[in-house]
Amino acid sequence: MTAVETAPAFVGTSVKRREDASLLRGRGTFVDNLTLPGTVYMVVVRSPYPRARIAGVSLDAARAAEGVVAAFSGADLADEWAGGLPCAWPVTEDIKMPPHFPLATEEARYQGDPVAVVVAESRALAKDAAELVEVDYEPLSSVAEVEKALADGAPLVHEDLGTNECYVWKLETDAVQDAIDAADVVVTRRYFQPRLIPNAMETRGVLAQVGPTGEVTLWSATQTPHIQRFALQLVLGIPESKIRVIAPDVGGGFGSKIQVYGEGPIAIVLSRRLGRPVKWTEERAENYVGTIHGRDVVHELTFAATNDGDITAVKSVAWCAMGAYLELVTPGIPLLGAWIYSGPYEIPNYSVTFTGVFTNTTPTDAYRGAGRPEATYVLERTMDALARELRMDPVELRRKNFVTEFPHTMASGLTIDSGDYEATLDALLERLDLESIRADQSARRASGDARQIGVGFSTYNEMCGLAPSRILGAIRYAVGGWDATTIRFQPLGSVQVVVGTSPHGQGHDTTFAQIVADQLGVDVDDVEVIHGDTASSQLGMDTYGSRSLTVGGISAYHASQKVVAKARKIVAHQLEVSEDDLEFEGGVFSVKGSPDRSMDIKAVAFAAHAAHDLPDGMEPGLEETAVFDPPNFSWPAGAHAAVVEVDTETGDTRLVRYVAVDDVGNPVNPQIIDGQVHGGITQGIAAALYEEGAYDEEGNLLTTTLASYLVPSAAELPSYETARTETAADNPLGVKGVGETGTIAAAPAVVNAVVDALSHLGVTDVGLPATPERVWKAIEEVRT
Amino acid sequence: MIPAGFEYEVARSVDHAIELLGQSDDAKLLAGGHSLLPAMKLRIARPALLVDLGRLDELSYVEEEGDTIAIGALTRHKDVAASPVLREHCALVSHTAGQVGDPQVRHRGTIGGSLAHGDPASDLPSVILALDGELVARGPGGDRALPVREFFTGVWQTALQPNEVLVEVRVPKLAAAGWSYTKMARRAQDWATVAVAAVVHGNGSVERASVALTNMGATSLRATAVEEALVGGASIEDAAALAAEGTEPPTDHAASSDFRRHLARVLTRRALEEARNR
Repeated sequence: MTAVETAPAFVGTSVKRREDASLLRGRGTFVDNLTLPGTVYMVVVRSPYPRARIAGVSLDAARAAEGVVAAFSGADLADEWAGGLPCAWPVTEDIKMPPHFPLATEEARYQGDPVAVVVAESRALAKDAAELVEVDYEPLSSVAEVEKALADGAPLVHEDLGTNECYVWKLETDAVQDAIDAADVVVTRRYFQPRLIPNAMETRGVLAQVGPTGEVTLWSATQTPHIQRFALQLVLGIPESKIRVIAPDVGGGFGSKIQVYGEGPIAIVLSRRLGRPVKWTEERAENYVGTIHGRDVVHELTFAATNDGDITAVKSVAWCAMGAYLELVTPGIPLLGAWIYSGPYEIPNYSVTFTGVFTNTTPTDAYRGAGRPEATYVLERTMDALARELRMDPVELRRKNFVTEFPHTMASGLTIDSGDYEATLDALLERLDLESIRADQSARRASGDARQIGVGFSTYNEMCGLAPSRILGAIRYAVGGWDATTIRFQPLGSVQVVVGTSPHGQGHDTTFAQIVADQLGVDVDDVEVIHGDTASSQLGMDTYGSRSLTVGGISAYHASQKVVAKARKIVAHQLEVSEDDLEFEGGVFSVKGSPDRSMDIKAVAFAAHAAHDLPDGMEPGLEETAVFDPPNFSWPAGAHAAVVEVDTETGDTRLVRYVAVDDVGNPVNPQIIDGQVHGGITQGIAAALYEEGAYDEEGNLLTTTLASYLVPSAAELPSYETARTETAADNPLGVKGVGETGTIAAAPAVVNAVVDALSHLGVTDVGLPATPERVWKAIEEVRT
Repeated sequence: MIPAGFEYEVARSVDHAIELLGQSDDAKLLAGGHSLLPAMKLRIARPALLVDLGRLDELSYVEEEGDTIAIGALTRHKDVAASPVLREHCALVSHTAGQVGDPQVRHRGTIGGSLAHGDPASDLPSVILALDGELVARGPGGDRALPVREFFTGVWQTALQPNEVLVEVRVPKLAAAGWSYTKMARRAQDWATVAVAAVVHGNGSVERASVALTNMGATSLRATAVEEALVGGASIEDAAALAAEGTEPPTDHAASSDFRRHLARVLTRRALEEARNR
């Protein structure tokens, strides 16, 4: 039996974000705002060398400094660890998984590797004392680039592994090479996607308190309180049942707060040893080396096609930097893109090979899009290269190869549930006015204007909504991909919604309330959303991979249905009718044909708690939990276009327009979708034109502050033009993920536009990011 | 980001600031703080004593003195940018002050702080250099005026003595001269990758010009080869091609030295053309 469909009152409308009133006025509660009586402050001493033997650590001067409570080296704490910091995704059977403990003991393997900690009565005193820690480093030869790391005789990041190759992973259909050999046209292009440094507005931080009976509370700036709790048992040997992890307001993460970093376990150990709460707050400069990076991938992408533009095969070979250690999902990041190297196109032959490579650098892991921006970038750039080779319009080449029927099973093996790629592209072209852009371009080319314009496209799809547990198991991910919601009516009719996902900017307080209010027929303001605390939400798999809505949101839908089903039983019992005779609309149960015989769901909630007159055997209360394991990934898609102006004398490139049409299924909150799309696009544009985490050859990070790592501001960017097409996804709400789409789509559109602006000069590629100097050099190279 | 420990004093007057500077071998003056405080937070700068000039309102002014304009050293960039006197008589200064950093920087940063910091990537040193301005320093013995050409001595180095306070910047009125500050920066908030300040004399043509380069060496530089070529009758294009002569620009995240030389040539040409037409 299902509830009668009620027209949604809240889903689909831009309910104002409830979070904003406190966040925008500086009244949020972040970890660094929390201080318990007796709190002491921890500072981490990190290796300044990319690789060095730790010959000794002298803590005497630090321990003697003003206000210092304690100081420890890696060796001092080595016995505390029941296990290493976990990596949950051993992508192959023979993957090399080097041990990774919270503090290095014998060798530091990247600039920023933690080697000691100092605890003092204030952060400032701890920071001063940390300067007095004397570490006897013996610098060793090191390597920072994946290709150099695989060369014979390269310095080894982990000597005992005998190689820097972490794994080789393959996904291939049968006759790929035959298809390439038989093709009219084959294009192969090589790309390097440099490191990106996530730069969440709030840096990481923890506050640890160990109580008198050994119970642990960890406040953490994390995306993953449940995963943290699970991992803390593995690292510390403390049962999960004694651990509570709280993620209060969290100021962004973009994937960099998924991991289980060492500072949490260290703070817990120190709190237990010192009998005081221990707080650690990451500094911005520390964040640049101490928190995971994204990207750092070399690709070779091959397309095979017929002369009239049918793509017959795609082959991708990639070398992916792991950094010095494997963080929670480091080896699996490339795999998150592995199935979508055919994008929205029907390509029958398919081959992907990833080689994971250790380098003496900060570990890589999930950064917004995680694997999918990498795949989409090389795919969409090579679409343009193929179009040039075939002398075809890049838009028509895309359209010609679009998947047109859904569900569609791709050559890579996964099935896309829904979409309408042509409609999305048409909606884009409608807004773009390509004719005027091309006319302007022709005029500037004819007059020899120093400032040329170009337009670039990116039509993408992506797989998110992580993830069906069975598929995760099949690809060797350690845990499941379900999520959970508990809905609890209070006796007087207010509703608590306890969710297992954990927001860090997404707006869960608002959107989950919208979904549940509609299903229960109550006002959105009657619904309170509770998250980010393992004590209130025992079940959850947290927030990453655009999963909160498509997995957690669907569990909220199912939990609502269970609540309504129980309420219906109570109403049927009390009104002495059969359940089938009841309608449920707008929060009111009424007897079909006798609308005066009715009961409001809030009255049902009271009756359920009073328990004076419940059906025989029914438990009092009105509370239900649903755990939802998605049967498929979520498949958002879209068509984006960028228009750039390039100063051909200086290489200076300015984005003039950015137009995005996305299909993220049925919208829950259009304004929040716009926010996600705008933020995502900005990070993609940043990767295209501004941001680059650069190392020297040894592994010294060169971009160590916000002055040298160029996060763009509003001053550099135009106002984006966004729109949506909507095809309902195959789930009860028809929703798709939206957290990563912009980042996945934007970078290739922008770089394609830069290349288009210079194509009349003979330029076919500009490296990432397309800085003025790279653009200038690309022009100089074709001039000579 | 926590600086190393330091003492902090508020100066009640310029003389008090000078007296405080004399009390420590390692004192720094704090004006807008937009260069000094980030350096302290990174612990690159670790002064023992910070002397805060922030309350010396008497050093915030723009005044006409005949053919000269006097600008108080603590005049904030936004006030320099908005000054009617400068806009009318020396718009190169007000225009460029409006191009420094972003609005936050312009509301805290001061013209004197920017000059005394001696950063070759900052905008205002080149402007004052192109204008042949004068800087007035006050020390225990009173005021002394330094020609700007003698002021900048190296990266973050100036001719100021440890116990001197920069109190005033003096620039000539431009009268009929054309001007330009042509800058390329990665982001609005960034230092110039390269920039060119130009003052051009001549009636629709270039008879004489002063050209100063930002971020092309250890200090702001006069592009003397360009200036001499123009006096010798060279075209703007030919003269601008000499812009990088004798320079040793840095290589950093924003550009290589080769690319900076190229930019200096392009931007000098553009600056001279704009100044001529203005």
